[in-house]
Amino acid sequence: MGRLSVNLCGIELENPVIPASGTFGFGYEFAEIYDINILGTFSFKGTTKDARFGNPTPRIAECTAGMINAVGLQNPGVDKVIAEELPKLKKVFHKPVMANVSGFSVEDYAYTCEKLDKEEQVGWLEVNVSCPNVHGGGMSFGTSPKAAAEVVSAVKAVTSKPVIIKLSPNVTDIAAIAKECEAAGADGISLINTLLGMRIDLKTKKPVIANKMGGFSGPAIFPVALRMVYQVANAVNVPVIGMGGVSSAEDVIEMMLAGATAVEVGAANLVNPTACKEIIETLPEIMDKYRIDNLSDIIGGAL
Amino acid sequence: MKDCIFTIKSNELIAENVYKLILQGDTDGITNCGQFVNIKLDGFYLRRPISVCDLQGDLLTLIYKVVGKGTEALSKMEACETLTILTGLGNGYDLEKSGGAPLLIGGGVGVPPLYLLAKKLIAKGCTVSVILGFNTEKEVFLEEEFKKLGCNTVVTTVDGSYGIKGFVTDALPEDYSYFYTCGPEPMLKAVYKSTGTSGQFSFEERMGCGFGACMGCSCKTVTGYKRICKDGPVLEKEEILWED
Repeated sequence: MGRLSVNLCGIELENPVIPASGTFGFGYEFAEIYDINILGTFSFKGTTKDARFGNPTPRIAECTAGMINAVGLQNPGVDKVIAEELPKLKKVFHKPVMANVSGFSVEDYAYTCEKLDKEEQVGWLEVNVSCPNVHGGGMSFGTSPKAAAEVVSAVKAVTSKPVIIKLSPNVTDIAAIAKECEAAGADGISLINTLLGMRIDLKTKKPVIANKMGGFSGPAIFPVALRMVYQVANAVNVPVIGMGGVSSAEDVIEMMLAGATAVEVGAANLVNPTACKEIIETLPEIMDKYRIDNLSDIIGGAL
Repeated sequence: MKDCIFTIKSNELIAENVYKLILQGDTDGITNCGQFVNIKLDGFYLRRPISVCDLQGDLLTLIYKVVGKGTEALSKMEACETLTILTGLGNGYDLEKSGGAPLLIGGGVGVPPLYLLAKKLIAKGCTVSVILGFNTEKEVFLEEEFKKLGCNTVVTTVDGSYGIKGFVTDALPEDYSYFYTCGPEPMLKAVYKSTGTSGQFSFEERMGCGFGACMGCSCKTVTGYKRICKDGPVLEKEEILWED
């Protein structure tokens, strides 16, 4: 066990750094530029029961210290993910991977999770009830404690793998939703998904994004994310995965002090494809600087 | 794909709001004409994708138009300053299908990637014809450079202030073996309708990452969903589905 290692729901991670879903595809684009086996794990592209093209373009808008996306869960559907993406992923990544799942009904979530549960390489199911870019699903499950808990119960009934529920920040009381999910059997909580945002083009005087609004991510949201991780970690006993604007080894440590057992890195991967590699390589010297022997010792240190 | 630091050799205005940037650095990541690079700029979160105009050893030429604050900041950078650039992005043009007398059709800042393509086609022994479309005389660039390569070069301007008055489609020749095009979408649509042969189109879209990870620039094609940045920017005429 190295000084960077942490235990996430019973599975040992070499380090707590996890590329977040939707920013890392199924890994192979990044495997072209570094050995992605140095990662703790990664959360693959959000997968749904049926194939989805997603939203019309433009889907991307730039912001100060961040970006907005309205991709809308483009993915080939769970059957193709299992038949085509996972075998390719297996060639470049040899650790348990986190399967990210979205749906438009409780049954959808259970269906997709049940299929992915049978995949040997899937270590955890990260259940996304917080996508801001789809209608009639996604975030609507994550903004109600009862609906989120129903998804957790349905998924838990069809899998023996750890179920991590990914929560939306676009709520008034995120800790209450986390507690309901824990009570329904969630093995972990990950947060935050993107904040709902928008930009308007001054030349056209219309929203930049075709879908008008989208999910805001990047370093600008880090303080909001950190605050919510802190609130949720205070409210639940299951492990928390912190994310939202994480871009450096210092950010990872800050998230862990706020109560995160592991930390996901999202938008940073898109602007710097070696962001996670650099964070992992920098962690030991930053730990030395702040006299941290083992990362696992600092989880929740600021609570 | 490679992320490298380049040094600016020159960065000069060559037409209205259009700059030619010559950079020195590791160009090994660039494997084909029609590819693009993604430039990191201080103070801007997303990179700026710009097509490769020319490549000579470790010298990379890019031509870009100032369209917003990012490209404006880039236009103010000077020789000896450095830029972090992700190189070798996208598929680029397929030279195999050119035939003996290909036609290259560029509009505005869609013209630059056709320059390296023309060089390669000429090296292959092709007789290359080029149509360059601009709005007005002040925007015209690269005409002399294409002529120096030996291309049969025609310029069109919408207002008729230079060359043939009209659109690129008003200057299409009778005979050509194949075509390659890059420019604004309305021009690409017009080219699609007006051309008699098969050809390749280079598309532009707002991108998140530029290397296939975020699905920000996806489009629907006859052969399924494609990412403009990774599976494109060049699509074959036969696979294009126009949305509207």
